[in-house]
Amino acid sequence: MDDLIFIVAITLKSSPAVLLASLGELISERGGILNLGVEGMMLVGALAGFVTARQSASLALGLCGAMAAAGLLALLHAFLCVHLRADQVISGLAVTILGTGLSSFLGRPFIGQTGLHFSSIGGTWIDGLPLIGPLLAQQNLFGLLCLAAVPALMYLLGRTWLGLYIRAAGQDPAAADAAGVPVAAIRYGCTLFGGCMAGLAGAYLSLAYTPGWKEGMTGGQGWIAIAMVIFATWHPLRALLGALLFGLLNALQFYFQATGIELIPAYILHMLPYLLTVGVLVLVTVLEKPVLGSVPGALGKPFSREE
Amino acid sequence: MRLKLEKKAHSGLRIVPLTLMIAAPVLLAGAVLFEAVGADPLAAYAVMLQGALGNWFNCSEVLVKAIPLMLTGLAVAVAARMQLWNIGCEGQLVCGGIFAAGFALYAADALPAPAVIPILILAGFAGGALWALIPALLKARWNVNEIISTLMFNYVAVILMQHLYFGPWRDPMGRGFPGTAMFVRSAWLPRFFHTRIHLGLFIALGAALLLYYSLGHTTWGYRVTVIGLSPQAARYANFDAGRQQIAVLLISGGLAGLAGMGEVCGIHLRLQQGLAVGYGYDGIIVAFLAYLNPLAVPLVALLLAGLIVGGEQLQAVAHLPASISMVLEGCLLLAILAATVFSTHRLRIVRDDEEGP
Repeated sequence: MDDLIFIVAITLKSSPAVLLASLGELISERGGILNLGVEGMMLVGALAGFVTARQSASLALGLCGAMAAAGLLALLHAFLCVHLRADQVISGLAVTILGTGLSSFLGRPFIGQTGLHFSSIGGTWIDGLPLIGPLLAQQNLFGLLCLAAVPALMYLLGRTWLGLYIRAAGQDPAAADAAGVPVAAIRYGCTLFGGCMAGLAGAYLSLAYTPGWKEGMTGGQGWIAIAMVIFATWHPLRALLGALLFGLLNALQFYFQATGIELIPAYILHMLPYLLTVGVLVLVTVLEKPVLGSVPGALGKPFSREE
Repeated sequence: MRLKLEKKAHSGLRIVPLTLMIAAPVLLAGAVLFEAVGADPLAAYAVMLQGALGNWFNCSEVLVKAIPLMLTGLAVAVAARMQLWNIGCEGQLVCGGIFAAGFALYAADALPAPAVIPILILAGFAGGALWALIPALLKARWNVNEIISTLMFNYVAVILMQHLYFGPWRDPMGRGFPGTAMFVRSAWLPRFFHTRIHLGLFIALGAALLLYYSLGHTTWGYRVTVIGLSPQAARYANFDAGRQQIAVLLISGGLAGLAGMGEVCGIHLRLQQGLAVGYGYDGIIVAFLAYLNPLAVPLVALLLAGLIVGGEQLQAVAHLPASISMVLEGCLLLAILAATVFSTHRLRIVRDDEEGP
């Protein structure tokens, strides 16, 4: 029982970064813009969040800093993709390279520094709750709030005019434009939102999960988030499932390390999140191919009224 | 009011304004960063330039760094010719290095010396190709997104390599040094001109020529181009797109594997930390800066190698992080992307009432 609580608690704790990033990417792709810059935006967000929180002594400002820094990169990507109609794959890769370089260059003085971080909510009345008490005690406020983004985005996409505009811009921009949807503005907005979420995801790592700044600390989570959007077939609820799956793999790693059970060699365990990401990608591509309408119709395609 | 992209009457920028349009924002971005960390931008650029071209040895180091970049650049370019995105060169490079190292450590001394180098080259190519095989099969069979699959395999390859040199392949005499034992003499790639320039340079140049010829002047190259430009036309012409996708990704992976073999057997002479330093990702930039032209790849690789060596010198001399070269690379790619658009289009601010039907 204790083992189970340990695993579930770590699962919940390790999934928010992938969750936030994939929700952001999901909105961006629903609007028609493929953003492969997530990994770079997460790194920039992680550094900006950590440094801002440290200098301002405010976690809230730290989160704002993370969103602003990653959002700027997202605007750059949006400008290239929406206005210049550039290739979204290359632009995204360039943003990832730029973000990785920027965070490494500017982050060097902060390696190994300590700063503010979100502490776990344990040690209060929460510990006493039956069953979920010990589980919640290891979580932090930021991570728990992330979960709220899932129903919020489900509501936004499915039940509001804005959600309809977003889906229209990603599905058939020409028809959307004819119906009066400001396609360019929607696509800018979605990309910016995706960037801000990636920034928050990075900040989760540097302010809550493993407090502090380390070069390349995302370890590919941005890319995993992009894969999880495909796994999620562009639905927020399934993105949560994907993020939890990633968290579970992480938790199993910790569990085997902590208990010393070596069912699988440690290096294979480290590979698992990456291998399983490919695995779920294959599964979803093979099994769900007949499901039409799950891929946004105009994903990755620039839109212009003239053509 | 809104911004509108429209075709220019006279399309095409001259080479000089185009170069300026690319270089100016990149250099400016770097300057802003240097200012931000309190360094003098001009002095910093001077150190980088001096570091890359200051003397004969530094120049030769630029050539040395250009070798893996040429090979990974070719790897990305050949796949991109078919609209395939091989982002996994880093992992394929590592796997080529692992294969070459395995052979050099455990088989090379049993073979006659002249046979070792050709087998090493084959091993490097095979390692890289093998690492691209699974993403290639997944792409051809089920159309699984190759960007994600090749990228995920990068992380797997690096973990595997670390396991090998920290674990079973670790040098028993190395006193805890994370790396294998040094290879036997016969498994060292020959070096030239009393520098670290090794056989890999000629392999890379040969590969560039071969790819240029086979992509531009053979029916195979024609098929690849057609499949890339228009899958529908390819289907109509009865080209087996799936098989070509596998072939092209294997060649791409193999080229990246050769880069790893060159680094391991030409420079490090053992498998050790510092093999996966991003040459695979740099290959993406090289390929697109070269507009996917195999003959332009070596030149662009030299340019990028200069940037990287300059960055390393900056770290050694002025104690500024070498990652400035990565920042400049990212900016370079973005600037190229924008300049490509602006060579045929321009942005104009239009009022909404100007808009015709």
